Amino acid sequence: MIDRAKLVAYWRENQKLTTITLIIWFLVSYGAAMMVNSLNNITILGFPLGYYMGAQGSLIVFVLLIANYARKMNQIDKKYGLAEEE
Amino acid sequence: MTEKTVFTQKLGKIYGIYTGVFMAFVIALGIAEQMGLQAKYIGWTFMGVTIAVYAAIGIMSRTAKISEYYVAGRQVPAFFNGMATGSDWMSAASFIGMAGTIYAFGYDGLAYVMGWTGGYVLLAVFLAPYLRKFGQYTIPDFLGARYGGNTARTLGIIAAIIASFTYLIAQVTGVGIITSRFLGIPFNVGVFVGLGGILVCSMLGGMRAVTWTQVAQYIILIIAYLVPVTVMSYKTTGVPIPQLMYGQVLQKIDVKEKELITSPAEQAVRDLWKKRAEDFDAKIKALPASLDEEKKALDAKLAALLTDAPAKDKEAIQKSIKDLPKTPEEAKEKWTDAKKAAAGNAKTPKPYLQPFARMDMLNMLALTFCLMVGTAGLPHILMRFYTVPSVKAARSSVAWSLFFIFLLYFTAPAYAAFAMNEVLTNIIGQSIATLPPWVASWTKVGLVSIKDMNGDGILQLAELTIKPDAIVLATPEIAGLPYVIAGLVAAGGLAAALSTADGLLLTISNALSHDLYYKMVNPKASILRRLTISRTLLVISAAVAAYVGTYKLAIIVELVAWAFSLAAASFFPALVMGIWSKRANKTGAVAGMIVGLGITLFYMIGSRFYGLDWFGIKTVSSGIFGIPIGFITIWIVSRLTAEPSHEMQEFVENVRYPKGALKAEEAHE
Repeated sequence: MIDRAKLVAYWRENQKLTTITLIIWFLVSYGAAMMVNSLNNITILGFPLGYYMGAQGSLIVFVLLIANYARKMNQIDKKYGLAEEE
Repeated sequence: MTEKTVFTQKLGKIYGIYTGVFMAFVIALGIAEQMGLQAKYIGWTFMGVTIAVYAAIGIMSRTAKISEYYVAGRQVPAFFNGMATGSDWMSAASFIGMAGTIYAFGYDGLAYVMGWTGGYVLLAVFLAPYLRKFGQYTIPDFLGARYGGNTARTLGIIAAIIASFTYLIAQVTGVGIITSRFLGIPFNVGVFVGLGGILVCSMLGGMRAVTWTQVAQYIILIIAYLVPVTVMSYKTTGVPIPQLMYGQVLQKIDVKEKELITSPAEQAVRDLWKKRAEDFDAKIKALPASLDEEKKALDAKLAALLTDAPAKDKEAIQKSIKDLPKTPEEAKEKWTDAKKAAAGNAKTPKPYLQPFARMDMLNMLALTFCLMVGTAGLPHILMRFYTVPSVKAARSSVAWSLFFIFLLYFTAPAYAAFAMNEVLTNIIGQSIATLPPWVASWTKVGLVSIKDMNGDGILQLAELTIKPDAIVLATPEIAGLPYVIAGLVAAGGLAAALSTADGLLLTISNALSHDLYYKMVNPKASILRRLTISRTLLVISAAVAAYVGTYKLAIIVELVAWAFSLAAASFFPALVMGIWSKRANKTGAVAGMIVGLGITLFYMIGSRFYGLDWFGIKTVSSGIFGIPIGFITIWIVSRLTAEPSHEMQEFVENVRYPKGALKAEEAHE
């Protein structure tokens, strides 16, 4: 039997990781869109940065965010002994 | 080595060989074209061979086991489930329409790019791993188990069918357009031909067959999407990496646009459009007298023609008379459309890169939000995460899914930019008589239109209209590529439409056969009976969708966007609260789903047909109200009513921790 305190701590860590993931998710999509005009003053390789964030930048961050979330969560599972049996 | 890795490696080998053979097939067709194979046969070969491959996979994956039929035996490795989810997700709209939407809407069109990818972040953190831990067969299953009783399950069934069916009709229409254009068969026949292709995949093998077919379809659609734009990038910039090189092209577009916007010829054409819009306006106001006058004027013109006038002139006038609206009501409708189109052309174009030129910031953000939440709430995507072997695999599978979707979506803006550059530099300012042949062939099917307003024989920007759907399909010709590439793109579009249709059909027939019949009507039904019913329903739903598809209703495109808001407002709050709040109970969930769905439908219909307007939000983003209200309703109503039972709270706990998840092998009945 796994003790309660451990389960609660596990869920807290999960919530923390989820919150951080969502904050970054919000900033690169909605945040960047709200500041698009100032970001557009910066140009990299011909891309105005504000446009780039909407077209590609936010997408790259999304992929990395989910990959990172999966990796971290698997670690947290192990840490609390809650991973699936292989 | 475990059995699992052997299976994954074997799959890798099979699909590796498959990819190689497919590319060899494309190259062989290319060589055959050079040696004189007609375009018509290239189209037929592409369609015939790809549909035969899908059918073969479907037949090889046939099954009589429940867990294989519903969830592919929960044996699909994360990587391959990612590919299958990718093609399940990317529909005819993503493949054919996305780049065109960016072409037409500029920065504001990126709402679709961000919305349809960002939703996977929500899926990853809120739903996918927990649904896998729960480990049943359908999404209504989860609602039924979590909230108890049949009410939540029934609402789930209704929402799943509404969202999936509208979406399915759009796919069927896409199949009809592609087959009719590239095979030269009538649209209605094309719809049923494509339908046959869908049914052989899904009927015999259910989810198992659909999964392996979708992987095969992903490979074709991504090759078909990347090849033409890569060649175009190489031609324009010398580097075959379109996703990186279109920055330069954006700069070129910006410069060229500024020139065009200020040019006197363009201004003159816009003034002519403005005049035309005013003319239509005057004619509409003078109805019905203006319609009679119009007819009299044409009759007089016909009578005034000399007897030896060329037959061509006579026919032209006769045709104008025939095309005249029959009734004042029809005239009003037609002329209002014409007035709107003219007024649109009369406007000074907004720069491509300028944000919020075509949609204000609030609407763009609201649309992005609805598309994101809708993505995470569509049942045909959610149920794919039942098919992986573990919770761990479900998490990495979301990452793979988004990666495979990302490959297409982050190329779409490049596609749009290269097409725009081609149009601005090589088409605008040319003599209309010597335009490249693709302009004429796409004018014929109504996706491109040209009108020499000022009669100078030169094409001005304001004289050209390109419909968004033409961009991807016409690109091979815009870039002057061999016809085999156009055939490849068509095969890719077909793969995108068929794979999505497969997933949707399964969702619909499973909701009816598993959730409604087995869980609610006859829980004692035998496996054979359940599978027979599911297969029968599959055929019926497909036939109904095809039948509705043959009507080519204009409202379908709109309905698809609605499906997102509806799924977002009905499923998402109830599913998320079911996992993240132990306090959420049945009464709360039922109330939340009804209120969320109700408010969304109310605003959709109100704003679309009765001029309802809250904060200036457009109909397409109606979910922006329903989603938060759905969440709040579940929370408040749950607080006001009794706490869920102890067992139910344990159930929630159990879903949260991966340990003890049902394994692939255990999933048999």
